[in-house]
Amino acid sequence: MIKHLRSAADLDAATATLILDTAAEMAALSGREVKKLPALRGRTVVNLFYEDSTRTRISFEAAAKRLSADVINFSAKGSSVSKGESLKDTALTLQAMGADAVVIRHSASGAPHRLANWVDGSVVNAGDGTHEHPTQALLDAYTMRSRLGRLDGLKVAIVGDVLHSRVARSNVLLLTTLGAQVTLVGPPTLIPLDVAAALSEKTQVSYDLDAVLPDSDVVMMLRVQTERMQDSYFPSAREYSRRYGLDMLRMRKLPEHAIVMHPGPMNRGMEIAPEVADSPRSTIVEQVANGVSVRMAVLYLLLGGK
Amino acid sequence: MAYLLKGVSILGAEPTDLFIKDGVISSDKAGKDAEVIDASGLVALPGLVDVHTHLREPGREDAETVETGSRAAALGGYTAVCAMANTSPVADTAGVVEQVWRLGREAGLVDVQPIGAVTVGLAGKQMAELGAMATSAANVRIFSDDGFCVADPKLMRRALEYVKAFDGVIAQHAEEPRLTEGAQMHEGEVSTRLGLTGWPAVAEEAIIARDVLLAEHVGSRLHVCHVSTAGSVEVLRQAKARGVRVTAEVTPHHLLLTDELAAGYDPVFKVNPPLRTRSDVEALRQALLDGIIDVVATDHAPHAVQDKECEWAYARPGMLGLETALPIVLSVFGEQWDLIADRMSIAPARIAGLAGHGGDLTKAGTPANLTLVDPKARWVVDPGGLASRSRNTPYAGLTLPGRIVATFLRGEATVLDGKAVK
Ligand SMILES: [Zn+2]
Repeated sequence: MIKHLRSAADLDAATATLILDTAAEMAALSGREVKKLPALRGRTVVNLFYEDSTRTRISFEAAAKRLSADVINFSAKGSSVSKGESLKDTALTLQAMGADAVVIRHSASGAPHRLANWVDGSVVNAGDGTHEHPTQALLDAYTMRSRLGRLDGLKVAIVGDVLHSRVARSNVLLLTTLGAQVTLVGPPTLIPLDVAAALSEKTQVSYDLDAVLPDSDVVMMLRVQTERMQDSYFPSAREYSRRYGLDMLRMRKLPEHAIVMHPGPMNRGMEIAPEVADSPRSTIVEQVANGVSVRMAVLYLLLGGK
Repeated sequence: MAYLLKGVSILGAEPTDLFIKDGVISSDKAGKDAEVIDASGLVALPGLVDVHTHLREPGREDAETVETGSRAAALGGYTAVCAMANTSPVADTAGVVEQVWRLGREAGLVDVQPIGAVTVGLAGKQMAELGAMATSAANVRIFSDDGFCVADPKLMRRALEYVKAFDGVIAQHAEEPRLTEGAQMHEGEVSTRLGLTGWPAVAEEAIIARDVLLAEHVGSRLHVCHVSTAGSVEVLRQAKARGVRVTAEVTPHHLLLTDELAAGYDPVFKVNPPLRTRSDVEALRQALLDGIIDVVATDHAPHAVQDKECEWAYARPGMLGLETALPIVLSVFGEQWDLIADRMSIAPARIAGLAGHGGDLTKAGTPANLTLVDPKARWVVDPGGLASRSRNTPYAGLTLPGRIVATFLRGEATVLDGKAVK
């Protein structure tokens, strides 16, 4: 088993599949009366969050607690972090506390890589800057597999602000490792340069959402921050949602079986219409529930839980 | 002190004896009281000249001082360095440039030639008193806002014109600031993978293209700092073919390293302009050979530990360079001594207007600014073993060819047996 999960590129197909299979077992066990498993009793998991993300922190916290680990939440607010303590000094503190795993969320790309130099425990990337969010990709893959029965050969459209999206990067890496066919869709300003060479040769790029939808098994809508307008990535929210938003009319272009995903939080009415988000095709609520199972599997396998 | 360098090879030529007396190369071989140095196997080069050094004093003496930087320079074979203006306070007045110049004289290890800021506080708004700096004791000839680009085209035009009165030159840090907002590394495949904001090659090329046209229009001298892209080389090639008075430098790190090194997010590889691609490296090497790029300049940029031991985005850009420059150039180009002497000593001395440097060592009466290199020696770069006060070398653990055995500044040894004399 790998020691850290800093990038979806840390996962080969066998390891990724093992995590998804383990997550399925975790989901089955969590469904029973006894929600706590003793697997990580006596182990310490630190949630080191430099960015506010209640949903991700709660998901990791629930995952660790269901495995009976001791959880320490170390958030940027009300700690030495806000006084400007360096990541290295914080790492040394966590090291002294005997952290077995550090789950880190940080606004700087690569912060998990830096942290892994300074702690002995496992490092789990819970989102770093505009780089990656590998457990989000795992829970997305888990959701696709449970809805559609497979990942190999699946056609996935990832739509929106790919340039700034850590979810997109991790999804491209993981999905192509698992045999899916990914098409990135968005305005050219928001599709990074050399993306196929950078992430996976198998990745395709399209600027035309309507052309991609009829041949997609999965369409994943990315959050688009409206402040991108000020930076001339696109002219207005209205034009963005006309060209790249998923509304009911567009959703009808999808094949019957296709699903609609969103990593949240959503801008309803911008990249996704409310009726689409709430439709039976939408997996948005499932994604949240699957997140706990997948993160249980990641912690369990990284820490070699028994 | 007089020296007799026995069996030395001047620029790779047949071994000969070189006599140094009264601060110059002497034809008198019969000096009895001269200290004899066995220089067999050693190559004599004119003392290296760096047109782009950050010495950090005043302001960041925890990272480097004029003295520690001078020592690093002498150990790297340098006899003159041009100290960049982005200190605190900024070297934008006669007072500050004279202070740096005086500190250099006191250290006495290399000639420290201050560079003056183009604009007050490097703010890019108002021209600094360039004339006052030029006529100060520091005798400033190169002006640069390095660290920042003189982005305003009108201000750049005026600065280019204004310094003609005292044969000055504007050294431009070519970076269109609107195209590099938040930039962290070269924009391309690797930045896409790493999720780091890209610094596009065109941000450099667009400024160089603009500035060669401005220099041509007003008939002034332009020097381009740290050229880093293949596209910039093409712009310079065309400008030089038209006869524009432009010179350009390349750093040792841009001749060797590529953006792939950012993959581990270790900020020791963070530098501005950023490390580029393999094809850029190849183009820069060819440009230096062709003379499209005139000089190798270190952009020696010391940084305190805490400014590098952090997240990539928070780290300051820059790398040490003085003690590794010649070995890197040797490793890239081999023992092409005439090329090395020209690009690292003669041409930079000419650009900086440093008359006593880059002289002909075969001629009696040439100021004895020279360095002795053992080209066969190999050494492993140990950050802790460097003379700089900082440790941010990107070459840690690398085995490099070429050891500086001795350096002489106006006939006085600054380095002997590979050690600084003070
Ligand atoms: Zn610069």
